[in-house]
Amino acid sequence: MSRRGDWVYENNGGTCVAIAGADYCVIAADTRLSVGYSILTRDHSKICELADKCVLASSGFQGDIKALHKNLAARELLYQHQHNKRMSCPAMAQLLSNTLYYKRFFPYYAFNVLGGLDSEGKGCVFTYDAVGSYERTGYSAQGTGSTLIMPVLDNQLKSPSPLLLPARDAVTPLSESEAVDLVKDVFASATERDIYTGDKLEIVVINKAGTKREYIDLRKD
Amino acid sequence: MMKLDMSALETQFGAPAGEDGGLLFDVDGAAMPAMEFPNCPDFDRFQAKTKDMVKNKRGTTTLAFIFDKGVIVAADSRASMGGYISSQTVRKIIEINPYMLGTMAGGAADCQFWHRNLGTKCRLHELANKRRISVTGASKLLANILYSYRGMGLSIGTMIAGWDEKGPGLYYVDSEGARLKGNRFSVGSGSLYAYSVLDEGYRFKMSVEEAGELARRAIYHATFRDGASGGCVSVYHVGPDGWKKLSGDDVGELHYQYYPVQKTPVEQEMTDASTS
Repeated sequence: MSRRGDWVYENNGGTCVAIAGADYCVIAADTRLSVGYSILTRDHSKICELADKCVLASSGFQGDIKALHKNLAARELLYQHQHNKRMSCPAMAQLLSNTLYYKRFFPYYAFNVLGGLDSEGKGCVFTYDAVGSYERTGYSAQGTGSTLIMPVLDNQLKSPSPLLLPARDAVTPLSESEAVDLVKDVFASATERDIYTGDKLEIVVINKAGTKREYIDLRKD
Repeated sequence: MMKLDMSALETQFGAPAGEDGGLLFDVDGAAMPAMEFPNCPDFDRFQAKTKDMVKNKRGTTTLAFIFDKGVIVAADSRASMGGYISSQTVRKIIEINPYMLGTMAGGAADCQFWHRNLGTKCRLHELANKRRISVTGASKLLANILYSYRGMGLSIGTMIAGWDEKGPGLYYVDSEGARLKGNRFSVGSGSLYAYSVLDEGYRFKMSVEEAGELARRAIYHATFRDGASGGCVSVYHVGPDGWKKLSGDDVGELHYQYYPVQKTPVEQEMTDASTS
C-alpha cells in the first residue's frame, strides 16, 4: 500500500511468460491490474512491441513499467535513425540490462521477459531481474505467478544446460501450436492459485511471417 | 558563409557526463557512468527496503587457484532469489578477454554489469597503449570503481585470473573495496565447503587434469552442502596461450560418478514357512 514518505513503489501484480522455439517465439501476459486486493482494470496490456522481432513483457509496478517501455521504445527509434535498421533482439536485451542497471540505486520495479527472434531467425528469450542481470534462456516466467508456472515449464521444456562440456543436444523443441497450447494451459493453472493473475490472456507470437496477437479469456474471480 | 550545425550527424562518442544519463561510455575511461540517486531523507533505509523488493539474485560457489601450469578457475551455475532458484544455467565465469577471466559472486546484476564495464576498459587500454592490460592493472581498475561505490549496497565478490607478461596472476576484489593478491581463493556462500576440499588436495605441482579434477570436486562438495549453489560445475584453465574451458558437468550426475549407488545386500529373504 502507498505510504507517505520515502516508499514510492507498489506491486500491480500479473504474470508474464515467454517460450522460444526453433523459428518462433511466444510471449504472453495476463491483463489484470491490481492494487492490494482490488482490481483496477481487467484490460491492461503488459506487452510492448519494441521492434519487429522483439517484444517485451513486464510485470511489477506499472508506473515504472510504462516509463521503462517508453524509454526503450525511444532508444529503439534513435537506433533506427542512426543505423537505418531496427534493433535486433540480442541488442535490445543488452540495452534493457544497462537501462535497468543505471537505476541500480532507485530501481525500476519491473520483472521483465524479452522475447523475439535473433539475427539468425531462431527464437530467443531473455529473462531479467529488477536491476538488470540477464540471461538468454529457452523459456521464462516472471511476475506473481512465476513460481507456479516455472516448474511446469521446466517439466515440459527443460533441455540440457548450455554450460555442459561436451555439449549435449537439446531435446526437440515444441512446435508453435504446441507452445501456444502450453502457454494457455499454464496460465489457466496459475489463474487458479494466484489472486493477481486472471481476466484475460494476451498472447503474441513472432515468427518469420510476422507478429500475431491472440486474446483468451481467463477466470475473472 | 553560414555555419552549418553538423553535430547531429556525428554519433556522440564521449557525451558530457549526465547529458544522456551517462548511457554512452566516456572516452577517457576513468570517469564513472552517471547514476541517479533517489532524493530521499534516509538513503540507507531506502536501499535496505529496495534490496528486499528487488530480490537480488545471489548465492554461489566460485574458486580459483594458481599452480605450476597456470590458473584454474571454477564455479557453479545457480542463481537464487531468496529461497527460489531463479536459474540453474547462469554463467558465473566471465571471459573478459582471451587470456583473462573474472568470476561472479554476490549480486548477479552488479557482477554482470561491472565485469562488462571492466572488459570495455581493458579493451580501451589495449587500444590506447598498444599492449594488453596486466592482471594487476585490470583488478586495480575494478577495485577502484568498487571502492568509490563503497557503502552503497553493491554486492560483488570476484576473482580476476589471467596470464600476463609476469606469468599467472590471481586477485580477489570485492565490493567493500578489498583487493588481495593470492594463490588460492574461494568466494560465495559455498566457499567454506570448497575451501576444505581445495586446501586438502592442493599441491603446487599438478597436471592440468589433476588440477581441474580438484576444482571440480571442490565445487561439487560445495553444491552438495550449500543450498544456494548447484546446477553445473564449469572448470576453466588459464595458460600462457589464454583460457580454455576444461569441463562442464551437471552436479547431479557428478554425485553418482563420485558416489555410485551401492547395491545393498538383500536382508534375510522371506521364505515360505516350511510345513512341518
